[in-house]
Amino acid sequence: MKHYFIVIALLLSSTTGSADTLFVTLEKDNAVAIVDGETGQLLNTVPVGQRPRGVAFGKDKTLLYIATSDDDTIQILDTQTLKVVGALPSGDDPELFKIHPNGQWLYVSNEDGNRVTVIDLSNQKAIAEIAVGVEPEGIAISGDGKWVANTSETTNMVHWIDPAEQKVKANTLVDPRPRAAEFSIDGESLFVSSEIAGSLSRLDVASKQVVDTMFFEIAGVDKALVQPVGVLAHPNNEMLFVALGPANRVAVVDIKTMSVIKYLLVGQRVWNLAFSPDMQRLYTTNGVSNDISIIELADLKVTKSVRVGPYPWGLAVK
Amino acid sequence: MNGLHAILALKGIIKRELWRFLLQRERFVAALVRPLVWLFVFAAGFRSTLGIAIIPPYETYILYEVYITVGLIGMILFFNGMQSSLSMVYDREMGSMKTLLVTPLPRWFLLMGKLMAGTFVSILQAYVFLLIAWFYDIHAPWHGYITLFPALVLAGLMLGALGMLLSSFINQLENFAGVMNFVIFPMFFMSTALYPLWKIKESSELLFTLASYNPFSQAVELLRFALYGQFNLYAFSYTFMAFIVFMALAVWGYNPSKGMMVKKGGGPS
Repeated sequence: MKHYFIVIALLLSSTTGSADTLFVTLEKDNAVAIVDGETGQLLNTVPVGQRPRGVAFGKDKTLLYIATSDDDTIQILDTQTLKVVGALPSGDDPELFKIHPNGQWLYVSNEDGNRVTVIDLSNQKAIAEIAVGVEPEGIAISGDGKWVANTSETTNMVHWIDPAEQKVKANTLVDPRPRAAEFSIDGESLFVSSEIAGSLSRLDVASKQVVDTMFFEIAGVDKALVQPVGVLAHPNNEMLFVALGPANRVAVVDIKTMSVIKYLLVGQRVWNLAFSPDMQRLYTTNGVSNDISIIELADLKVTKSVRVGPYPWGLAVK
Repeated sequence: MNGLHAILALKGIIKRELWRFLLQRERFVAALVRPLVWLFVFAAGFRSTLGIAIIPPYETYILYEVYITVGLIGMILFFNGMQSSLSMVYDREMGSMKTLLVTPLPRWFLLMGKLMAGTFVSILQAYVFLLIAWFYDIHAPWHGYITLFPALVLAGLMLGALGMLLSSFINQLENFAGVMNFVIFPMFFMSTALYPLWKIKESSELLFTLASYNPFSQAVELLRFALYGQFNLYAFSYTFMAFIVFMALAVWGYNPSKGMMVKKGGGPS
């Protein structure tokens, strides 16, 4: 009898999951929307700087870093008081950024400045400016912290930065208009989405070469609309989620075979992706339909799409 | 009305309908083929036409085939209701209707029994259709398949009563084509079975008004909400009232001394 209660308790806990909070940057509203991840309810909207895009938490998640592109800075939001408490010297037009596993270095791409700026979070000072290709965009950092990969949209390249020296060590030519980059969980591969080619490339980290490329095709959707942008690797190292922009789909990719398992219909112009901390859900920001979509990871189903405000762009989950 | 007698009569009517259904398995299959063709062929062509607005009971963007599935369940109920009316015209021509109507039981009871039997067959078909749709990756929440049942019963009874009402107006089987052209097709196409109301409103305000007041639309909306575990009070009330009106008129239509039977010479001489 006792076992039955345990089973029921486990079932209940698996269906309800734990609550999480989403911080969604609203590009045209100069604000961050705060959303309950489980219910999709909009809890609050906090004003921040101009054109907020990339967003990420600091190590203990008490501070939220927001790239306010038109202010040429990365603002710091206290997640308790919901007040902007500082700003980082990001350089021109900061867009996407990532924090190094050491919790100290923040790498941000300066879209108009053709460089990647490295900021030391402990003293909030820029410690390096690394020249890269034209219109740098995606930033990815390997789990072991040995490599930082940056994509440049116009040069069509991946620039491999060695954090030990804060220098570009290698460049790899990829398909046109590379956007996001994401390391595999095992650190052996780097995945890069190419917006114009409609493709996803797998690069071998050891050789820095493209070893595989796949293309996305959706029945009934014009090929020109299939524009891969955000990429997110599942911690199981088997699946990858790719946001397909104006195709209004998220592709679930089998890493081993580099093939699509499923296309999930979400809002218009899906950009960026984030998991809930308990790995129950995947969230997407849909720029044109002004909403986010909530995907249940267990059965790969979109359960809800909820309006959060004008032009949702980036998101971070607590 | 003697209770035992009533149960016996009801049993007889339902048994006859079920027997007819078992003997005409092709009819069961044929009634399923129609919505399946719509789902696999028609809906496939419009796969991505929706997905730009979220309308209740849906909570996210859906493909057209998900939207149309409920409309096609409505189609099953609707066409079955009409098929029953066709078989009633046939029964009348063959004389078996007279046997039924002279039974010393209230007419409404006999007609209701026939309606229930027809609805039962329709519900079976609807669930078989949903099972096939499930393999086509069209899934509703599991509890929706349960909450759909009472909605299927009411919608089936309403559309069956409409068929029964129409059958009281039809003299011969040949006139059924007229019913197809003037009732079934307009009601089906001017409804929310194929397109949501907001989409219809975009093209024509008149069509929107007609579709809004179409009882078939409300039956489809009742089913749509029920399949997603929700209750649409307006659609329920509208469908229920339509059922009462159609049933009352059908009972009147089948009254030998007052209704359509007199005009057709089917009443007492």
